[in-house]
Formats: sequence, structure tokens, C-alpha cells
Amino acid sequence: MLSEVQLKKIIEKVITEISVGDKVKGPEVDVKAIDETLDDKDVPDITEIDLKAQVLVPNPENLEGLLRMKQSTPARIGVWRAGPRYMTETLLRFRADHAVAMDAVFTDVSEKLLKEMNLFSVKTRCKNKDEYLTRPDLGRKFDEEAIEIIKKSCIKKPQVQIYASDGLSSTAIEANIKDILPAIMQGLEVYGVKVGTPFFVKYGRVPAMDVISEVTEADVTCVLIGERPGLATGESMSAYIAYKATVNMPESRRTVVSNIHKGGTPAVEAGAHIADIIKQMLDKKASGLDLKL
Amino acid sequence: MKLKTKLFGNVYKFKDIKELLAKANEEKSGDMLLGIGAATISERVAAKVVLSELTLEDLRKNPVVPYEEDEVTRVIEDMVNEKIYQQIKNWTVGYFREKILSYETTGNEILRISKGLTAEMVAAVAKLMTNMDLVYGASKIRVTGKANYEIGKAGTLSFRLQPNHPTDSIEGIIASMMEGLSYGCGDAIIGINPVEDTIENTKRIMEAINEFMVEWRIPTQTCVLSHISTQMEAIKRGAPVSVLFQSVAGTEAANKAFGINKDLIQEAFELIKKHGTAPGPNLMYFETGQGSEMSLNTDHGADEMTLEARTYGFARKFMPFMVNNVSGFIGPETLYDGKQILRANLEDHFMGKLMGLPMGMAPCYTNHVNTDQNDQETATMLLAMAGANYYMGVPVGDDVMLSYQDTSYHDDATLRELLNLKPAEEFFHWLIDMGIMKENGKLTGRAGDASIFLKK
Repeated sequence: MLSEVQLKKIIEKVITEISVGDKVKGPEVDVKAIDETLDDKDVPDITEIDLKAQVLVPNPENLEGLLRMKQSTPARIGVWRAGPRYMTETLLRFRADHAVAMDAVFTDVSEKLLKEMNLFSVKTRCKNKDEYLTRPDLGRKFDEEAIEIIKKSCIKKPQVQIYASDGLSSTAIEANIKDILPAIMQGLEVYGVKVGTPFFVKYGRVPAMDVISEVTEADVTCVLIGERPGLATGESMSAYIAYKATVNMPESRRTVVSNIHKGGTPAVEAGAHIADIIKQMLDKKASGLDLKL
Repeated sequence: MKLKTKLFGNVYKFKDIKELLAKANEEKSGDMLLGIGAATISERVAAKVVLSELTLEDLRKNPVVPYEEDEVTRVIEDMVNEKIYQQIKNWTVGYFREKILSYETTGNEILRISKGLTAEMVAAVAKLMTNMDLVYGASKIRVTGKANYEIGKAGTLSFRLQPNHPTDSIEGIIASMMEGLSYGCGDAIIGINPVEDTIENTKRIMEAINEFMVEWRIPTQTCVLSHISTQMEAIKRGAPVSVLFQSVAGTEAANKAFGINKDLIQEAFELIKKHGTAPGPNLMYFETGQGSEMSLNTDHGADEMTLEARTYGFARKFMPFMVNNVSGFIGPETLYDGKQILRANLEDHFMGKLMGLPMGMAPCYTNHVNTDQNDQETATMLLAMAGANYYMGVPVGDDVMLSYQDTSYHDDATLRELLNLKPAEEFFHWLIDMGIMKENGKLTGRAGDASIFLKK
């Protein structure tokens, strides 16, 4: 709940903003105003505006009350209208929030990042992103060729096999992998656990990990995979972890750590947590519902 | 029964009616995933040609899931009016399409014919139709529903206020509710999807929205969209609510996965008739969508559009107040992109109306589908032309609890203006009294200010 003081501050801020917005903007373009020397860090970003503290209704009957209402929900209320349509600001913010979510799904993890992380890459049986989205069955299978690459490139029978996969958000991998992978490795090193060769799977669904588990004959397999994005959040990643995963095993044998991103559980923290879980799985030879954490 | 045709000298053969119905579909990713869709565009058209020459009797005798195996088939089959069926059973599907579109056939006549139809006939005729056929055909058919108040009458367009909240905060729900009402949204129903499906929580939300409705004398009805058995328990413990909700599907196995069957829905209907706050006679609210059977592995190898028609056949047994279609909610494995979602929306609205249901639409999308706001708005406008009874109303289209995008309060107000439609009569008068809407149906200068509801 907001204190009176906090609320007053917000109201003052909103009133100032409203009065600024009321200034009539002239039609002349001042050429000098197009400032190419403006430093990137000073460039405004509409996605940084705190929607919960923003009221666009010009003369509400009860501004204080409206601000309280806005604090009670993340829903986009108090947005006002142009005729019956959205204000431009509301519309563009919505489009930006959807764009970042869609881009997370429809773009690929960059080759540069994979190289930098020293991850080799294999594909599931999906030929492209369209097929990945429409054929969940193919996103859990590999061609012989891909299996051979994994066999050739990976340490056999490690205690733990970790790999990353784009899933429904490439952005999640871009945002988290550099922090989370070293964190897990370090954590496991402390426990003296032997970790296999990490790599990347393009167009992967979660059950692809069962194939990886069978091919590498790891005791524990862990996939770091992009979650389906919500509006404005493309960076969320999950870890699915299982002890001796096999193809067609029940879903209840997977342990999940979800909501890994800077607004949820930060990658470094999640990495340490995952290393702990893996250690317990190795000790208790179980995962999912069979493993009481 | 002929299951063969030629196009440009090439012969196309189909194994049975189930395969034919699937291949006659416009392209859907769900049918392709099951491997039952047409392999080429020509094969798709060949299937439509063969289908156009089948009789309605052929379709009745070949349901996609046998009578003995499936409760949904039995519900639909047992409701057929035999007198009406006798009059239409020799019609070909091609003739049936023309009959629906003909100037000589009124909406009331279509609704009479409707009583002699099974789901396979409804799906078949829709498969022969183009998008404009679907809009035109549906626009003739008016089906209203009445719980407290009647919605769906000619000249009106109504909206379900959907003020969901990610933690079921009553304060947050009421805030979004006030916002929606200030845009003229809420005449179909005020309905909340709760996060926590418990009796206590359901009862708590039912009480809060009912209290608000009564206090502000809002001429509408209320609903909380937890599982139907949870709602029933809440009512038994005294919770006030107008309408009961449930998601339904087109096979017995899918309904079982939803935790329901015919008897449970019947029991719920009897309960709400006796202990609900609304006089009815229509007291059930159903939600449906293409692809739900497939995503639950309960499709029996039948195409998602025919299964959707079966869902409507099941729903009509319970004389619903509203049926809401949410094709687009599941994701790209059932409907790949904006084009497929739009097509499914138009099919579903038409098929529902042809089945005699008070159809409303939720042209919606998730973030992993290849579509955007523009596609969604296009679908919404076309469905309004087709005569959908109602849409959802979500703040700026962003449902913060279900994490998908649907129609907004702003879209609702815009649609009414574009097509010169008014809210349901009693609600319209309430909006005028509240100073939110003018007599001409346009929003007033104070519409959009939710704080007008902070006075009490």
C-alpha cells in the first residue's frame, strides 16, 4: 500500500506532467533541435515509464483515487482516449511491449554469442522457426546426423549434461546464458561433480532433453530454455532438470526452475540454486515429484 | 455416396467422411500436425467438390466419432428433430450453402432448419463457404440470450467486462471494472477468471462483483470462471451469482479432461435455475475454441473445425446465455497465424449461430503466434459485421492474468460507433443516466474517467 507521502509525490509529478503535456506544440521544425550528438544514454525510452504511476485522464473527478486504483493492478487503466481509440502513447507502449515479446520468439540466438560461449550447435528435426512453432513433435527429435555430432563432441557418461536451447525465447538465452552457465559450472565444481560438454540446441522443446540424456548417458540432464514471453518480458528462462531422463518418461519426473531473468530470479542466483538441485538429484538418484527438495 | 472426383483430369479419392471433412478445411496448423489436412491446394478444393455433392443424410450417418463411443455424438444425435430432418436430408451440402445464402431464406427459417442438423452438417457447409459467405450467412441469424437482461437483439452489441487480476485482488478487480464501465463495457456480463480455483476464493469474488452490481444498479449479470464444480460448491454455500461458466469441447474424452460430462453440466444447470440470482431462462456460459481436443490428445483423428461444430452441438443442449469462442488462445500448433485465426473466428461464429447459439467472440492472440494487433482488429471488425452478440473487454487488450491479448474497452466503444449499434437496452439507459453515453450512442466527455465510480 502507498503511504500518503508517496501518493502526494506521485500526484505532484502527474500534475506537472499533465501541465507540460498541455503546452501547445508549434508546427515549425527547428532543424538545430535534431541533435545527432545526443548521447545514447540520454535518449528517452518509452518502455521505462512506470505505467502504474501514470494517469492520462486529463481532468479526472478524483485524481488521487485514480492513482490509488492504478496502484492496485498492473492492468492498463486510466489511459484515456482519442475519440474512442487509444492515446498515441498508450498505443505505442502496447506495440513496443508486444514487439519485444514477438522478437524474443521469432529471432534466433546469435552465432556470435554461441562462439563466445564456446558452444557448438545442433538442430532438432525442425527446419525453421515456422516448423518449430507448428510441430511440437519435431522439436523433441533429432536426425542421425545431429546425434552423431553430439556423440562425437561430448564427454561420454558425465555426471551432469547441461545444454542451452532457444525454446520460445531466443532473447532469454541472449540475456541470461553468460551469467547462468558459469554460475552452475562453478557451483558443481565446488561439489566435485563431473560436468559434460555444454552445447546449444536450436528449435528445441523441453522433451528433447530426454534424447540428449540417452545419447550422452548422463546421470542428470539440465536444459536452460527460453520461456513463452508475456507482454514486455522476453527475457524469462527456465531450467528443466531430470535424473536419468528417458524418452516418453512422465512429465512429473522433471524438476523446473522458472522465471529466471533480472526481474525474477537473477541468472547468477538461479545458477547457484540449480547447482544445489543437481547435487541433491545425484545424491538421491531422483528428480521431479520423486525428489523432495 | 461418392468419395471421388476429378480436377483437370487428376483423380482425387477420399477414404471416408472423416478424412474428407479434414481435407476440405482451409489450411490449419492443427490439422497439418495431425497429418490429416490436404496435401496440396488442389486436393483441398477436390475435397470441397466431393463434400458439396454429399447429402445431409450421408453426414448424419457418418459422425466423426461413432455414437456408441462418444457422449457428445449421442447428445447431438438424440436432439435432432426428425420431422425437420426428413425435409432436409436429401439436400446436398452445396444446395444447403445456397439455401442459407438465398434471399428467400430468413434467419428464422435457418433457425428452424437448425433443429434438424448435426455437427458434421454444420461443419460441412461452413467448409464450402468463403469468408464473406460466412459473414453474410451469420449476419442473417439472430440468437438472443436472457439471464437478468436480454442480449444479442438486432441493433445492439454487448461486451463482457473481463477485469482479471494476477493475484485476484478485489481492489484491483474493481479498479479495472470501473474503468470498463466508464467506457460502456459490461452489458453482456461481468466475468472474472480467477487465478486460484478454490471455493472460498470463487465465493469471495462472486460476492464482491455482485455487491458492486447491486450498489450501482447496473443492469447486467455476473459470473466467476473457475471450474464449474467449484462454482457449484460456492453457490451451495450461498454465493450470489447470475450465470455458471464452463469450457466445453467436442469429444467425450476432451470433456473428461476438462473434468466434466453431460450429467455434471445438467446438474449445474438445475442448480443455477434454483439457486442463482438471475431469472433466466438462459443461465449457462460456455467457452470453446478450435484445437482444444487436439492439444489434449482427444481428437479421434478428426479435424479441429468439425470438432468445434460438435462442441456447439453439445452446448446447445443446455440453452446457454452466451457461448464465447476463443480460437487463437491455444497457440500456433492449432492456428498458425493471423490468417488462420481470422478464418477460424469467422467459421466458429457462423457455425455457432447455425447451431442456434448466442455466439460471442474473442478474437485473441498469444505472443508466440505470427500475428499482431492489426490482424486482431481486422478480425474483430469482420465479426461485428457478421453480427456477433458480444466481445470481451480487457484494459488495453492486455489480460494481466491470462497473459494474452483480447479486445479492449476502446475497441468495444469503437465497434458500436462504426456499425451504429447500441448497448443492450437497459444498460444503455443506465449509461445515459450515469452520463457515460449520449442518446446517439457516442461516449460523453466524462467517459473513460473511472474515478466517477469512487463517489460511494
